[in-house]
Amino acid sequence: MSSDLTNVFAAKMLPQRELFSPGHRACQGCAPALAMRYMLKALGPDTIVCNSTGCIEIISSSYPESAWGVPWIHVAFENSAAVAAGVEAGLKAMMRKGRIPERRITVVGQAGDGGTMDIGIQAISGALERGHDMIYLCYDNEAYMNTGIQRSSGTPWGAATTTSPAGTQSFGQHTWKKNLAEIAVAHHIPYVATACVSYPFDFMEKMKKAAAARGPALVHVFAPCPTGWRCPSNLAIRLGRLAVQTAAFPLYEVVDGKYRITQNVPHLKPLELYLKPQGRYRHLTDDLIAELQQKLRERYAALVAKAEASQE
Amino acid sequence: MSSLPGYKALPPGCPVQEPLSAHRNHTGSWRSERPIWNHDLCVQCGVCDMFCPEACIGQNDQGYYEANLDYCKGCGICMQECPTQCISMKQEEE
Amino acid sequence: MGTRKGMEVSIGIAEAAMMADVDVVSAYPITPQTHVVEHLSELVADGVLDAEFVPVESEHSAMSACCGSVAAGARTFTATSSQGLALMHEILFIASGMRLPMVMAVANRSLSAPISIWNDHGDVMANRDTGWIQVFVENGQEAFDHIIWSYRVAEDHGVLLPIMVNFDGFILSHVVEPIEVWSPEEVKQFLPPYDPPYRLDVDNPWTFGPVGIPDIYLETRAAHNEALIDSQKVMEKAWDELHEVVGRKYAALECYKTDDADIVFLTMGGISETCMTSVDQMRDQGKKVGVIRLRMWRPFPFAEVAKELGGRKVVLAVDRCLSTGGPGGPVASEIKAALYHLDKRPHVVEFIAGLGGRDVTIGNFMEMYDKGAAVAAGAALPPYELVGVRE
Repeated sequence: MSSDLTNVFAAKMLPQRELFSPGHRACQGCAPALAMRYMLKALGPDTIVCNSTGCIEIISSSYPESAWGVPWIHVAFENSAAVAAGVEAGLKAMMRKGRIPERRITVVGQAGDGGTMDIGIQAISGALERGHDMIYLCYDNEAYMNTGIQRSSGTPWGAATTTSPAGTQSFGQHTWKKNLAEIAVAHHIPYVATACVSYPFDFMEKMKKAAAARGPALVHVFAPCPTGWRCPSNLAIRLGRLAVQTAAFPLYEVVDGKYRITQNVPHLKPLELYLKPQGRYRHLTDDLIAELQQKLRERYAALVAKAEASQE
Repeated sequence: MSSLPGYKALPPGCPVQEPLSAHRNHTGSWRSERPIWNHDLCVQCGVCDMFCPEACIGQNDQGYYEANLDYCKGCGICMQECPTQCISMKQEEE
Repeated sequence: MGTRKGMEVSIGIAEAAMMADVDVVSAYPITPQTHVVEHLSELVADGVLDAEFVPVESEHSAMSACCGSVAAGARTFTATSSQGLALMHEILFIASGMRLPMVMAVANRSLSAPISIWNDHGDVMANRDTGWIQVFVENGQEAFDHIIWSYRVAEDHGVLLPIMVNFDGFILSHVVEPIEVWSPEEVKQFLPPYDPPYRLDVDNPWTFGPVGIPDIYLETRAAHNEALIDSQKVMEKAWDELHEVVGRKYAALECYKTDDADIVFLTMGGISETCMTSVDQMRDQGKKVGVIRLRMWRPFPFAEVAKELGGRKVVLAVDRCLSTGGPGGPVASEIKAALYHLDKRPHVVEFIAGLGGRDVTIGNFMEMYDKGAAVAAGAALPPYELVGVRE
């Protein structure tokens, strides 16, 4: 059976209301679009979304139509965290001064991996440090997909993109994926989590916890892109699951500095199950795959150790 | 001739004033294959609805799931994730 | 009537923002704007101003956060200079294109390279096309008045545009001037609370900043352009209202001793005061000279410029910025554009003075007059002059 048992029994418990409309212009099989559905099911209509330029912004807001059922603003590429900080400050001041009624409104700043880890990192660091009561969500499809699959600092080691192509002199991306969650933890914020669209209830729970946290929260959601990863569109969810099960993308949360692994994988699957269906890895030799698997497992072991130490 | 407003009628900054108005855009024209549910195998669990990026899968009067063909892009995630493998993808003719 | 106090102009600007009861201040420090934001954060810390002071990590984020807070419906203020304004550049177009009313005080300072903390208009001139309303003030009283006035104009439902209030860095920002502070009653009479027609509202979920497909981009720009041009009417109405409340008169163009002047200076900003003093001295010498001071820079007052300058023999246009490799002075080039269609036009003698904080003296103005007088008498029109440059 290809679906996780939890999902089979729990799927009916998914909140019904759609605040992200069909008719958006995402590619077939787009996991980031699915992430938007889950985010809004978790947060509900009292949410304001501040979106960076990128896939989700482009496919959801082409005038005169919008896929959004909540108030939404797009300003530029690198600044959704700053825009969200401004919205949060504005609402806070207005409520305190009685200009608008007091109400719990969740403010979300979001971008893809490029808009987060590269060009957006300054604004995010600033917003997290200043302690705004907001959520920062990174939907990670591991490259600048909207502009044609160029590498970002979220592109994993060994993956081919149009600006880190495989060739006779190169095996693709030769740097390691930036650890966004650790960067967020270093800002001492109340809540940090990694999530994956293939584990929808885990993701939605994390979004709820992020909203409940008093102060900044950061959620990093892994969202496969069949177009950019060069795989059939029906594999988006399966690949997300395999990424977790091979330690390519572990799921954990950090609550006030304490680590907890939320999807325990006692027996990691062979990495090649995850890599083989993806065209962006087809150039990798067995040696490189073995090297990557080794690196990923070492990091996973370190994370497990950190979590165990946290719980003591 | 565009059906969009002239500049004097535009609200400042051209915001989109109708939430969820993307539903007017029928993306079903994109697909080259469509999902078909086998009701003998369908246990009405809802996993297909859950994993649909278009949010276009819902239940019919008998409770069986089906795709809204106005929006279904034919990605096949529902077929891939169905726990009873009751969904198959059928080529669109023409 | 408010009380007249001697205060540093930067402090005056902060006090005006406080009296306008701003909700959010989102700013980053840069010389010579620092005293504005420092004083605002003191006012917040002491509970005098009830606002969120957001000490952002860069000017780009300052302007971005301003966009967010204005879109949420909050009255918002920021200030910057030079490199900071340059760093905001990308977002300035967006703030105005999205029609987000906010007020930004710009302590005009020259742009790198070479790095200079001293006053000129290079920073604002590099942002002429950002679609903001842009005004210049010449002294502390004008600076104070125009912060409050700007909220009245920007937030008007017929305008909904952000406003830059330009005041010269150091030569204005750091000097102590007599400023008549408005009374709270006067502010209340003049400035209504911010009542945005559209905002990020969970009960009315709109999408702001959508993709402007080719079928709508042009119309959005046309609407913005028309709004900026038409805002002049609201600006003038607001100046009339200000006159009724506090008694001071302002206009797009202000004329000093120009009634019988064939030769007039055209200046903008702080050096206008030096120019007026020079005009007084030249008048004592029997020279028929005056100065026209441009207050409204964007929208550019084409009709008023043509009317006031058209009949003169010589206009001595004094710019505080060099458009490198281009037409010399930005102000001069726009003046000439305003005069081009006239059958009879004055000679425009162009000077670029005060770059990088180089002092502009009464002596400089006297020399400029002499050159203008020579042209009026039939001498050839010289190319633009970089006043005082050592070769």
